[in-house]
Amino acid sequence: MGTFTGSFKGFGVTFAHMFRKVITTDYPFSPPTPAPRYHGRHILNRHPDGLEKCIGCELCAWACPADAIYVEGADNTDEQRFSPGERYAGIYQINYARCIFCGLCIEACPTRSLTMSNEYELARDNRQDLIFTKKELLAPLLPGMEQPPHPMRLGETDKDYYLGALTNPGTSVGAERAPWATNEAEDGTGQAAKEAV
Amino acid sequence: MTDVAKQTNTVSLTIDGIPVTAEKGELVIRVAERMGIAIPRFCDHPLLAPAGACRQCLVDVEGQRKPVASCTQTVAEGMVVRTQLTSEVAAKAQGGVMELLLANHPLDCPTCDKGGECPLQNQAMTNGRADSRFHEKKREYEKPIHISSQVLLDRERCILCQRCTRFSEEIAGDKFIDLMDRSSGEQINVYRDDFFGGRGTGDGQVGEGEGDIAFNSYFSGNTIQICPVGALTGEQYRFRARPFDLVSTPTACEHCAAGCSMRADHRRGKVLRRLAGDDPAVNEEWNCDKGRWGFQYQVADDRIMTPLLRDAATGEFREASWSEALLAAAEGLTAAKSAGVGVLAGGRLTVEDAYAYAKFARVALDTNDVDFRARPLSAEEADFLASSVAGVADVTYDDVENAPAAVIVGLEPEEECPILFLRLRKAHVGRKIQVTAVAPFLSRGFEKLGAALVAAVPGDEARLLAGDPAIAATLSTPGALLIVGERLATVPGGLSAAAELAARTGARLAWVPRRAGDRGAIDAGCLPNLLPGGRPVGDPAARAEISLAWNVEAGALPSRPGRDTDAIVAAAAAGQLGGLLVAGVDPGDLADPRLADQALDSAGFVVSLEIRHSAVTRRADVVLPVAPAAEKSGTYLDWEGRLRSFGTVLPSTAMTDGRVLEAIAALMDVPSSHPATTQNRTKGISLGTGDVMAIRRELGAMPPSKAPRPAAPAVAASALPEAGQHEAVLATWHHLIDLGSMLEGDKVLAGTARPPVARIGKDLAEALGVADGDAVTVGTDRGAITLPAAVTDLPPRVVWLPTNSPGSTIRRSLGVTAGAVVRLSASASSGATS
Ligand code: SF4
Ligand code: SF4
Ligand code: FES
Repeated sequence: MGTFTGSFKGFGVTFAHMFRKVITTDYPFSPPTPAPRYHGRHILNRHPDGLEKCIGCELCAWACPADAIYVEGADNTDEQRFSPGERYAGIYQINYARCIFCGLCIEACPTRSLTMSNEYELARDNRQDLIFTKKELLAPLLPGMEQPPHPMRLGETDKDYYLGALTNPGTSVGAERAPWATNEAEDGTGQAAKEAV
Repeated sequence: MTDVAKQTNTVSLTIDGIPVTAEKGELVIRVAERMGIAIPRFCDHPLLAPAGACRQCLVDVEGQRKPVASCTQTVAEGMVVRTQLTSEVAAKAQGGVMELLLANHPLDCPTCDKGGECPLQNQAMTNGRADSRFHEKKREYEKPIHISSQVLLDRERCILCQRCTRFSEEIAGDKFIDLMDRSSGEQINVYRDDFFGGRGTGDGQVGEGEGDIAFNSYFSGNTIQICPVGALTGEQYRFRARPFDLVSTPTACEHCAAGCSMRADHRRGKVLRRLAGDDPAVNEEWNCDKGRWGFQYQVADDRIMTPLLRDAATGEFREASWSEALLAAAEGLTAAKSAGVGVLAGGRLTVEDAYAYAKFARVALDTNDVDFRARPLSAEEADFLASSVAGVADVTYDDVENAPAAVIVGLEPEEECPILFLRLRKAHVGRKIQVTAVAPFLSRGFEKLGAALVAAVPGDEARLLAGDPAIAATLSTPGALLIVGERLATVPGGLSAAAELAARTGARLAWVPRRAGDRGAIDAGCLPNLLPGGRPVGDPAARAEISLAWNVEAGALPSRPGRDTDAIVAAAAAGQLGGLLVAGVDPGDLADPRLADQALDSAGFVVSLEIRHSAVTRRADVVLPVAPAAEKSGTYLDWEGRLRSFGTVLPSTAMTDGRVLEAIAALMDVPSSHPATTQNRTKGISLGTGDVMAIRRELGAMPPSKAPRPAAPAVAASALPEAGQHEAVLATWHHLIDLGSMLEGDKVLAGTARPPVARIGKDLAEALGVADGDAVTVGTDRGAITLPAAVTDLPPRVVWLPTNSPGSTIRRSLGVTAGAVVRLSASASSGATS
């Protein structure tokens, strides 16, 4: 009666799987948490006083193998200051229809302005919305930060910002983590994360 | 190679073990370059004298105790040179120099404009160390300081190679920046020159302080281009882009008749900067600031983007579709034709577009009333252009450089043809060319050429050319040049005397206009007396040649010489013209702007082809937008008669003048007797000027004219005007950077313009009781101009004003031009600052 035992053998695989851990995820009801260094949506970080770290140097754009980043530099003036020093990014765009999440831009950034979050929910229903601008990319304002433009609060010169910048904890706390890590409902633009902090 | 040659001219040496023969006196770095051996360098520049300032080019020479700078070392017989490629010593020396250069160099490459195209960055990668042993604080300076409204200096980036100072001294002759201070505080800083009203405090706070006028030179942009680091940057381009964003297109400058080749860099449909192109025969590697920075007009707010039609009912402009506007233009011109339509082509057209106007006038409008000259002119000039300029390409930049002597009349080279000035200066510095200026005074440009002055009251040039024995003697030297500017046209007999003098002495004659399109318009036939190719209108054989080329009935081309700009304007103002077709012309440039405005008002129908709104478009019935130089391809003829072809920098939908004219012609009614009926058309004229390549083919296929060249004019000099009490004779020319329509609204560039002053001689200063800086009023019946006085060495009773500078628009305000008698008075509001 080889056939009878044979079919049990065959079902054995099926039954065994019934009691194993499921690998499908219950998305979107309980989205999975990626690894801490997962390459997700970019963030443009801020200095502790809220000024932008980005200096508009375009090195990220230069490094990008997919030509996903577009930056146009502009001059800071005493009346309109967005970053310490002379130059800031007047226009900053990342096109997520192109980005391949390689992270080369992060390595190129000389000011650690550009980092990546864990957020991966980047699908949109049209191409235009896939182009993220400073509005979407800038890190949220933490307590004590002020919305630029405003004068340099940390010291007289840009040196006061850059010396010690390595020990400065970074200002993207909150934005570094995916929004669901804070158990917030998520609206797709990181807005929830911004409001959470 | 013969031994003789070896002894006299060449030496043999080895570089990196490779034997090579070089000319005596050649620099080691040049010889190595020729062999394909790259020695790193910063201060070395082929057009500047060797300086040996940066020490980056050290090489090992056998028998020398220490490494030597290859950019100052000349070759010698039997020399054994080893570069960093084969010699440890040289490599170590270069590495050491690099390390020291970087000791104080900031690490701000990410924000520096030069990053990505920086010789220091590149050579630090190829010849420098991977890590730094310096951990001390770097030198810091206030950054940046404004050398002028255009040029910024970040001193901490500077490596003291002195390319900029050597350029300003050797090439431009404007010593505007220099090395200052000593030791580790040694720096480049602003050199003040009171000619430009500089009153610096010397603390580097330039352009900010009270009464602190930054110095500038018309050639300051070149220092930015040759600075091997990002120490010198341009205000307009600072932080606008990185080199890898830019698409570079070779092009030609559309401003003056010097014909510079250029490179235009654009990003996202916008030209961000222009650099001097490398053309050894013309501009070498330099250009002037107007060419470098004067391109903002392309993106000006008042650029015309759609055709405009004057609404018959309301008299207001309204936007119209191209088809509607073209039809309106065609119908209006057809109707106006019987009463006559004048064509004012202006001096800004490419050869191709000028040709389209010339052809349109003859074929579609049946008239020779076409003139490109948008400035004071004379009938004598038209004859002179026909006899001595059209089709002539006699004198080149090279001839200027090698000429033993040059007499310059009616031209201030630095203001009116800056690259010709640089070439003359090169000849002056290198070969001691003997320059004679026939002018009212030695301008700063002439001073820098070491010119001898033949002082001329405006109007007296003709007499001096005809009679001055010194001028004739100078010109009799073999190879001597007689360089006349377009301004000589307003001196009765001036051009006749010049042509006669050149013929008499054997000197070669060069005519230098001011605008880029002037020379090309002559050869394209935009003159009332000339058809394309310099063919005289009055010559039936010449007309037959053109009818053949244009495929129109023989005898159909208008045979009567047309009216020139002045006559067209006068006729239109008197209501005798049916219409006007106007290209890029500013009525304010014409001899009598008020009459020109009136002409535009009284002409029955005015069609204007323009880039930006102007006094013409405001009065036109149909305004058709055309492409600026960057958005089309074309050709200019520089003053030498050399072709300066360029391609499209920015592809756009804007049309060339030729294409618009073709479209108008195609809609024009042809009476049955019209020439174009040979093509069996009953409606519409086929002009064939829609495509630049087609025009080039048409022009190229035209055989050289067999018509005899007309004789040079022989107009007698007229008597000098008498200036009475409190009167003076007006002398004037344009400043390079002024209120010209292509520079209008460009504030940053305007900041580098020379301050307008009224120059008066000592006699007038005494009579009026004014000193330098006091306000002087120059007036005519029409108006007055008040400017600070500058007491200058002028002939008695002569006053000089800039033609079209802020506060000094002499044609508009005074209604006169050079040679006129004006009234002078000291103004009450004296003490105006310059
Ligand atoms: S994000 Fe960083 S690399 Fe990119 S432009 Fe800003 S500062 Fe430069
Ligand atoms: S500013 Fe530039 S060109 Fe001038 S000395 Fe310094 S490095 Fe050389
Ligand atoms: S290149 Fe030779 S010393 Fe500078």
